[in-house]
Amino acid sequence: MSFASGRAPTAAVGKDLEPIRPSFFKRATSNIWVRATVFSIAVMWTIPTAGIFISSFREENAIKQSGWWTVFAHPFEASQWTLENYSEVLTSSGMLDAFLNSLLVTIPATVIPITIAAFAAYAFAWMKFPGRSLLFAIVIGLLVVPLQMTLVPLLRLYGDVGLTGTFLGVWLAHTGFGLPLAIYLLYNYMATLPKDIFESAAIDGANHFTTFTRLVLPLSFPALAAFAIFQFLWVWNDLLVALVFLGTGSETAVLTAQLNELVGSRGQDWHLLTAGAFVSMIVPLIVFLALQRFFVRGLLAGSVKG
Amino acid sequence: MTEIRDDQYQSRRVQFLRTLSFGAIGVFALGLLWVGITILLDSDAVERIIVNIYDFIGLDAQADAIREAGLQDGITRAAIAIFALIVGVGGVWVVYTIFNRLIDVAPYKLQPHLRPWVFILPALLILVIYLIFPTIQTVILSFTEDGGFVENYSFVFTDPEMQIALRNNFLWLLLGTSGSVVIGLLFAVLVDRVRREAFAKTFVFLPLAISLVGASVIWRFVYVWRPEGSEQIGIINATLTAFGNEPVAFLQVQPWNNIFLIVIMIWLQTGFAMVVLSAALKGVSTEIIEAGRIDGASESQLFFKVVLPSIRGAIITVATTIFIAILKVFDIVFVMTGGRFETEVIANRMFAEMFKFRSFGRASALAVILMIVVLPIIIVNIRNLRRQGIES
Repeated sequence: MSFASGRAPTAAVGKDLEPIRPSFFKRATSNIWVRATVFSIAVMWTIPTAGIFISSFREENAIKQSGWWTVFAHPFEASQWTLENYSEVLTSSGMLDAFLNSLLVTIPATVIPITIAAFAAYAFAWMKFPGRSLLFAIVIGLLVVPLQMTLVPLLRLYGDVGLTGTFLGVWLAHTGFGLPLAIYLLYNYMATLPKDIFESAAIDGANHFTTFTRLVLPLSFPALAAFAIFQFLWVWNDLLVALVFLGTGSETAVLTAQLNELVGSRGQDWHLLTAGAFVSMIVPLIVFLALQRFFVRGLLAGSVKG
Repeated sequence: MTEIRDDQYQSRRVQFLRTLSFGAIGVFALGLLWVGITILLDSDAVERIIVNIYDFIGLDAQADAIREAGLQDGITRAAIAIFALIVGVGGVWVVYTIFNRLIDVAPYKLQPHLRPWVFILPALLILVIYLIFPTIQTVILSFTEDGGFVENYSFVFTDPEMQIALRNNFLWLLLGTSGSVVIGLLFAVLVDRVRREAFAKTFVFLPLAISLVGASVIWRFVYVWRPEGSEQIGIINATLTAFGNEPVAFLQVQPWNNIFLIVIMIWLQTGFAMVVLSAALKGVSTEIIEAGRIDGASESQLFFKVVLPSIRGAIITVATTIFIAILKVFDIVFVMTGGRFETEVIANRMFAEMFKFRSFGRASALAVILMIVVLPIIIVNIRNLRRQGIES
């Protein structure tokens, strides 16, 4: 798979792949003010999340009676820590069901658009058929459509065909909304694969389907991964599409919708809200920490989505 | 001679059998997919299937028990989950494989003409159903439903609540975008000079993984307000009261509450700006900077006259991306205030028109406005990305 590594995309973000060289800024002295500013911004950006995280392990009454920062006065007093909040929020507040629903929505809503887009992108890049450039121009044109543009008619259509509140319905909706971006990104990548490999594959008797599954898909891994992460996080963190097409019933509510329900119904029960928020964040945080590089590339790729 | 004829006969027969078997497999797989989809659409189907299986293998007692009491919730959900994943993820591949197999057995000359459509038709179908058709319909709805074109659009610009929403959206776009870009750039420039750069960056970048709903809960806890005299558990009010000030109900003081909501978005988006701009900064040519320094330029001159212009493209990309995200902001307002206390924004209002007021014409008009604003920006972004080659 030398192609995969040989063609590292030269993204602006890809520039962090370049060897680090002494920059202009490094030469300027690193004085105390620079360090203080960096430190205070980093602290300011961390405090909100830290508050939620620490509180989620405190007793219900403790949260109500004192600020979360007071734990630093006696951090090793074991009696103040508890896992009770998590077990309560997972079971009686329905976050476990919601977690399962989120997985159920997100995995197919990531795999389906990637598959469909990969086939289409391959056809646009390497197959000949009438109307190819016109159709591709239409796909690019659809990048500008914000999903809000489609909600009212789709809601009516779903009501007519009985797709409202079904997982299938929400997968297809996310597929539709993610497809133009996916086709665009994968096309840009696949079109730059060297022509020789297609010729030699054809000489060896491979048809387009075999070439696609055996050669192009593995070679396109960086682009597939970038889009997969973008789409996964987008769907996981989405509230609007989930509310419109799945609603807030306990059978189908995803994490974001359920967390919003909690804010509405138990708005002052901070022991539940903090634990619930953390449950909803844990998967994206893991994805983020494990796959940071693809993550940035995926985010940047999303800048052309309407 | 006879041998050859035999061969021909054989190969034709093989061909025929292959066609038949692929056809059979295809029909079978499509049938399976159909069953899968029906089950997904009807949650009771799982129960019926399990009952039938129990009946079939002779466990009548268990089958009756399920018929009476229904399945345990956990089992149904797990069954549906597994089924959904198989159907959802596998189904797409089944469809593509089958149709490609069918093309394999089609007349040889036709194959190159048919196969591209197998690759492309599913995508086109979904785009037509989910984007092209609804977009056209939304435009038409905004012209025809409710009071028609004039009323729907004059509502957008003259309704007093909508004027607040437009004002707020303007505030969001202005402060949110500039706040994220400026702080992101500041941090990117400064972090370049400290040790453990990557470590420091992670703290600012981390919020990007958090959903807008999650961020709203986080900041609700930061802004918590208790009446004066009681113990403040929100960190800002605790700080204020510690210095002898009165606690502030941040989400209710107009019009400042908008800014407190915008802060959440800045908190989320700064990391994005920082990472992209930091990468761009590292790409600034050292030769030019050296040349500038030899010519006697001061550090601030170097920054504003040399460095800033060379990362202009990255700044535009970052600013437009954040701009669009903010334009469509919905979750934060929906979760934090629901649009009360004069914090309404366009996207939240659109949701309310759809679900609360059932006024689809107005909702459509709002969507059209959003698209008109998004349109030129996305076009600039696509061009910009093409030029820089940032596509993948």
